[in-house]
Amino acid sequence: MPRTKQQIEKGLTLVDAINEALAQEMERDERVVCLGEDVGLNGGVFRVTEGLQKRFGADRVIDSPLAESGIMGTSVGLAMAGMRPVPEIQFEGFLGPAYDQLTSHAARFRNRTRGAITCPLTVRVPWGGGIHAPEFHSDSPEAIYVHTPGLKVVVAATPTDAKGLLTAAIRDPDPVVFFEPKRVYRSFREQVPEEQYEIPLGKARIVSEGSDVTVITWGANVFQCLEALDKLPEDLSVELIDLRTLSPLDFDTVCASAEKTGRVVVVQEAPKTCSLAAEIGMTVMEKCFLHLQAPVQRVCGYDTVMPYAKLELEYLPNADRIAEAIQQVAAY
Amino acid sequence: MMSTLPSASGSPHAPTPSQPADITQITSSKVHMGANGAPKREPGRQRPSAALPNETLLRWLRDMILIREFENRCAQAYQQAKIGGFCHLYIGQEALAVGTIGCLNHDDPIVTAYRDHGHALARGMSPRACMAEMFGRLAGCAKGKGGSMHMFDKPNWMFGGHGIVGAQTPLGAGLAFAAKYEVEVMRRTVDGGPARRKVALCYLGDGALNQGALHEAMNLAGLWDLPVIYIVENNRYSMGTAIERGTTMAHDLTAKAAAYGIEGVRIDGMDILNIYDQFKPLVDRCREQSRPAFVDLLTYRYQGHSMSDPQKYRKKEEVETVRQRDSIELLSQHLMAERRCLSESRLQEMIDECKAAAMDALTFAETAPAPEAAAELYSDVYVNPQPGLSPLREYHQGAKNPLL
Ligand SMILES: Cc1ncc(C[n+]2csc(CCOP(=O)(O)OP(=O)(O)O)c2C)c(N)n1
Ligand SMILES: [Mg+2]
Repeated sequence: MPRTKQQIEKGLTLVDAINEALAQEMERDERVVCLGEDVGLNGGVFRVTEGLQKRFGADRVIDSPLAESGIMGTSVGLAMAGMRPVPEIQFEGFLGPAYDQLTSHAARFRNRTRGAITCPLTVRVPWGGGIHAPEFHSDSPEAIYVHTPGLKVVVAATPTDAKGLLTAAIRDPDPVVFFEPKRVYRSFREQVPEEQYEIPLGKARIVSEGSDVTVITWGANVFQCLEALDKLPEDLSVELIDLRTLSPLDFDTVCASAEKTGRVVVVQEAPKTCSLAAEIGMTVMEKCFLHLQAPVQRVCGYDTVMPYAKLELEYLPNADRIAEAIQQVAAY
Repeated sequence: MMSTLPSASGSPHAPTPSQPADITQITSSKVHMGANGAPKREPGRQRPSAALPNETLLRWLRDMILIREFENRCAQAYQQAKIGGFCHLYIGQEALAVGTIGCLNHDDPIVTAYRDHGHALARGMSPRACMAEMFGRLAGCAKGKGGSMHMFDKPNWMFGGHGIVGAQTPLGAGLAFAAKYEVEVMRRTVDGGPARRKVALCYLGDGALNQGALHEAMNLAGLWDLPVIYIVENNRYSMGTAIERGTTMAHDLTAKAAAYGIEGVRIDGMDILNIYDQFKPLVDRCREQSRPAFVDLLTYRYQGHSMSDPQKYRKKEEVETVRQRDSIELLSQHLMAERRCLSESRLQEMIDECKAAAMDALTFAETAPAPEAAAELYSDVYVNPQPGLSPLREYHQGAKNPLL
């Protein structure tokens, strides 16, 4: 689809970038099909698949019944047969009914068949808080899927990353959970290359280089961290890392930075206990122990159900909380 | 090239033209449908609703009007961004909640999905608690933690308000199981009172028909003789998906229940008297015989799926057609013309009262205090405080909600 005037002048939103990635990959590879609730006629709850059914037809952009187990399980079957399904689950909370198919099947077939049968599906899932919606519509369950061997897990924070990562995910021979931070779906635009490109899975992005403290995050929290950097004293130099892929996790980049700064803060929306932040902190301790100048700090959601309305603002890490943690670690 | 949708003709689940399969095909309120949509009334035999006192019907009318006015206020508050997240309105479906709940005892449990304001109000929840919940206030029925989709009212035997489509359906079976166990095994209630036979109502949307959970639940209910009635609020759409695009046997949903040995009926849900006529005997039967049932209740939502729905999937005329048989209109006409227990001016008073009640709920919610983050963020996760996880030393249940 040709870009609109606004897209040409102002750039793409995250939604636009995902839509373009899907369209271009469908154009290139007939095995790619999109399926999910209202993805066709309505263009998806967040209008991410807008226009795709018109362009590629109802055989390739398929409105499914309200049935996540069916959507996911059918995608597993399609993928086993060699297709490249891209199912959409409307919100991260609805992965529940799909969980069995994703973790008991998709994640395990390569291993169970010793590589004879693989499962190249990419499930797209709007993810995370910040839109004032209640639980199931604002959760951050990434750790559950990172904890599942056999699944790859991606979170794209920017339009440019989203396009390249989604393209790579669809082409990847393993099942990928592709989380889309809905908070920044339309919050800004940026210029994104028009031609197709891949951003390799498993490679973090250094958002800003620094030498005093390493801040590690992913998803919409990248922007709260950037905001936090503005609140810090001028002479405090922070290296901000956007992981982009959570599984496999780019510990080379993480550890190189931790060794350089000796001070690490991990920021995530998910509850703290047994989270990805815990895993990162532990690995940094294992691998970079002698370089560390301070205990690794975590800025997280709380160990409670994602709250609704105003309490959300208390729950989600914000720039103040992040800046405070950075300063504590720096002063240790 | 394969076609994603089976063609209507020759498909195994094509409609048989003689029966109205959805609400848009019913144009006269004279059509009363029995099982499988066939008009069934022996001439001369009195309708069960004819025995209801005027006060009951007037109360129902008031309840329906209250729901509508309440929802109008919700819409307004949502548009002003005072209600966050999602807001699914019940406008058009009022007769369904009021009519089916009108067939119950107070302690018959109900459970529903996220389009739940109507059920909450019909069950007797204070409009203030309902509105305050949507505003995220401490005085909300779930202390402002659940929002629009999570209405709970234990004293009124309402077990939610659930946001995961279809996930409430096994809960309905469980609530019925508990009621059966009280009567047949413990011979007392779990609280120690005298046990009596109950029926659980489990509401679901037509979209939820396609969730696996429902089919597991119906099988259990059929197998274990659980007194639960699955009520499909068949408003024709699951978000933007028309029922026949999303489910098989859309013209006869009762076939799905038949597969689990469960009696199924289809009921015109715009005419509340008709709901009572058909649903009350069913409730009584399920209660006495401890059996499940399944109801395809034909209804319609006038508004979009949620407050942000461009409604590309239906025509304006379709909405207009159904509105011709608006449930509030039908009942008030009946009370004025046939029962002669309602005047135009009394009706207007009733509307004004309901408008005032809805306004009162809105004003209350706007000014009610928000939960205090330090306390409420951690409260009610476990029975006791979790050392190290929570900054609170003691379990915090928060203030008891005076509205419930
Ligand atoms: C498991 C799950 N999947 C998807 C959704 C998103 N969703 C919310 S309502 C809805 C449509 C439901 O339609 P229906 O069951 O007919 O109920 P209605 O809205 O008509 O009352 C969808 C897809 C959800 N809440 N839960
Ligand atoms: Mg529906």
